Amino acid sequence: MEIKWYIFLSLALFCIGIIGALTRRNSIIVFMCIELMLNSVNLLLVAFSKMHLGEVNAFSYSMATSAQIFVFFIMIVAAAEVSVGLAIIVMLYRNTRSIDINFLNRLKN
Amino acid sequence: MDAIQLIYLVPLFPLIGCLINGLGRNILPKKIVGIIGSLVVFIPFCISVLIFLTVSKEGFITQNISYFDFIHVGKLSIPFEFQIDQLTSIFLLIITGVGFLIHVYSVSYMKDETQSGFGRYFSYMNLFVFSMLLLVLGGNYVIMYIGWEGVGLCSYLLIGFWFKDQANNDAGKKAFIMNRIGDVGFLLAVFWMVSSFGTVSYHELFNSQNGIITSISTINSPVIVGITLLLFVGAIGKSAQIPLYTWLPDAMAGPTPVSALIHAATMVTAGVYMVARSNIMYSLAPISMAGVASIGLTTAIVAAIIALKQNDIKKVLAYSTVSQLGYMFLGLGVGAYSAAVFHVMTHAFFKGLLFLAAGSVIHAMGGEQDITKMGGLGKKMKITYVTFFIACLAISGIPPFSGFFSKDAILSATYAQSPILYILGLGGALLTAFYMFRLMAMTFNGKFRGTAEQEQHIHESSAIMTIPLIILAILATICGFIGLPEIFAKNGNKIDDFLSPVFAHSNQILTTKGIPHQTEWILVIVSALLVIIVSIWTWNKFKNYASSTPGENGFVKAIKNKFYVDEAYDFLFVKPYRSLSAFLNNIFDKKGIDGIVNGVGRGVNYGSRQLRLLQSGQVGSYLLLMVIGLLILFIIQLFTK
Repeated sequence: MEIKWYIFLSLALFCIGIIGALTRRNSIIVFMCIELMLNSVNLLLVAFSKMHLGEVNAFSYSMATSAQIFVFFIMIVAAAEVSVGLAIIVMLYRNTRSIDINFLNRLKN
Repeated sequence: MDAIQLIYLVPLFPLIGCLINGLGRNILPKKIVGIIGSLVVFIPFCISVLIFLTVSKEGFITQNISYFDFIHVGKLSIPFEFQIDQLTSIFLLIITGVGFLIHVYSVSYMKDETQSGFGRYFSYMNLFVFSMLLLVLGGNYVIMYIGWEGVGLCSYLLIGFWFKDQANNDAGKKAFIMNRIGDVGFLLAVFWMVSSFGTVSYHELFNSQNGIITSISTINSPVIVGITLLLFVGAIGKSAQIPLYTWLPDAMAGPTPVSALIHAATMVTAGVYMVARSNIMYSLAPISMAGVASIGLTTAIVAAIIALKQNDIKKVLAYSTVSQLGYMFLGLGVGAYSAAVFHVMTHAFFKGLLFLAAGSVIHAMGGEQDITKMGGLGKKMKITYVTFFIACLAISGIPPFSGFFSKDAILSATYAQSPILYILGLGGALLTAFYMFRLMAMTFNGKFRGTAEQEQHIHESSAIMTIPLIILAILATICGFIGLPEIFAKNGNKIDDFLSPVFAHSNQILTTKGIPHQTEWILVIVSALLVIIVSIWTWNKFKNYASSTPGENGFVKAIKNKFYVDEAYDFLFVKPYRSLSAFLNNIFDKKGIDGIVNGVGRGVNYGSRQLRLLQSGQVGSYLLLMVIGLLILFIIQLFTK
């Protein structure tokens, strides 16, 4: 499969994520949209690494493998981030009985 | 040779004295301060005598002693160097000799000062002598300039010595500012020399074998004329010539010995020294010499006219100094350099004497300086009276006192140049005789016109004050004989012979035409007779002076008010300057500069108040802005590649 289809998919996912994050007020959905953007980038990384593996060059080989390892790193960091984010949302719910993201502006006082 | 090696001690001693007296003014008793202050001028005087003896030996050549590299920039190198020649050694003797006598006199004159005031006074006086010695010893124009500024500073400090009175402070500031105006000229001349000749050292400029200036033969080349005129601007400020002379009469605000030091030994003679030192340049620029002569002559006459109607004993003497300095510049301007230096010397003696004697009078009168309130002091102050009389004869130019010979030397050189200038100069000399004898008659003769209490107080001053008077009186009487004109004695003009190496090249350029002996005899006799007649007439007129209340009008009133020069300067310079300052302060600074500064602050304040609204707390809007920002970055990336 050509690389461009991967790029299109990744771009589509990213745009869905952005639009979701911008339009929705439910903080869990905004959060999911952010995860979607993150993973669309992951997808791109993996796709490019696969593309580079097709070449014979030793340097590009090592580059490609490290890209895949980076993806794992990003997933782990994302998992940690999710736990923090969810905790914030729980606290938000406890305080306001709502998970509407616009209630976060109460932080400013 | 040995004395020349000791030259660095000459300025060093007064400097040390200045430091000791200045730093120890609260600890040292007055007696020790007085001894130190006088001793540090006396030792250099002894060294100066040794140097003079060395210099006056046959076959002495100008010595240059370089101590260290003072300024070294690119090709320009200005060492800290001293130059010793005949001119320097004469000035060293005048400064340290007369300076020493004035210091001794001050010990008694200033005895009523507080302990710290006494120390401060001697510290300044020593610094004054140090600066002046540096000025005459310096081997290049930059070292001279250091001393030049030093004497300006010291005059400011000493004129405003009694600083609790605002008038004294104003007088000090006036002296300093007027001097600064002149100093700008000097400084520009030094810069010009650096850029045109690449050196400011006398040795390299005036060396008789291969000096830069001495090898120039063009007369009136623009560079030389420009430099000499600028140097003369400096001399005008320092030596109180028209139009910058008004500071000198105001300088009377200081203690009287200070006036004596400024007028006799230091400061005002600096201008004459500088022109005499640059004599080769002036000789190459007849235009500048004509300027020097005309300003000198104008000053001599105008100051003498003003002195006619002054009633303050020190003001009369101050205007007479301005007038005598005018004669010195007249002498320089007509190429009679050695006559001008000779007049500096005789003037140092008789003017120092006049001021010290006036100080003795003021002391006896308890601070009174108005001669209309004096009279009859001669009976009670014999020594002061006699010495003042001798100085008066000397300054009026009555033979055989010293002033006669030096003034005659200048006037006969003037006659050789132009008889009209001679007649004007002689007129000035007659005015001198008039105001001096008026001053003396009103002070020492007739009846006492002050209060009874003052009359009780009058007494002869102590020996510490009278001994310097006597020494100076002897010098003022006899020192004329070292400069006898050719007609009185063959080779009688010792001072001319002594100074001839310094002015040799100038005399070659100028080729002064002598005047026939017969004419000179006539001139000498006529001028001496006229002066004597005027003196006797004045003496009789003011001998029994009672009180002055005749109606004054027109010219006399103008003279009495010093031709309104101070008022004119006030109107022309001070007032416009004040209003310009007021404009800059009120409009330019408060509205302009402050407006910009406050405007910047107000703008930032306003801008941040608007920007703050962006931070609404709405997470959605933050995200939107972030995305817009990213998009903008992408677009920039797209279009810049």
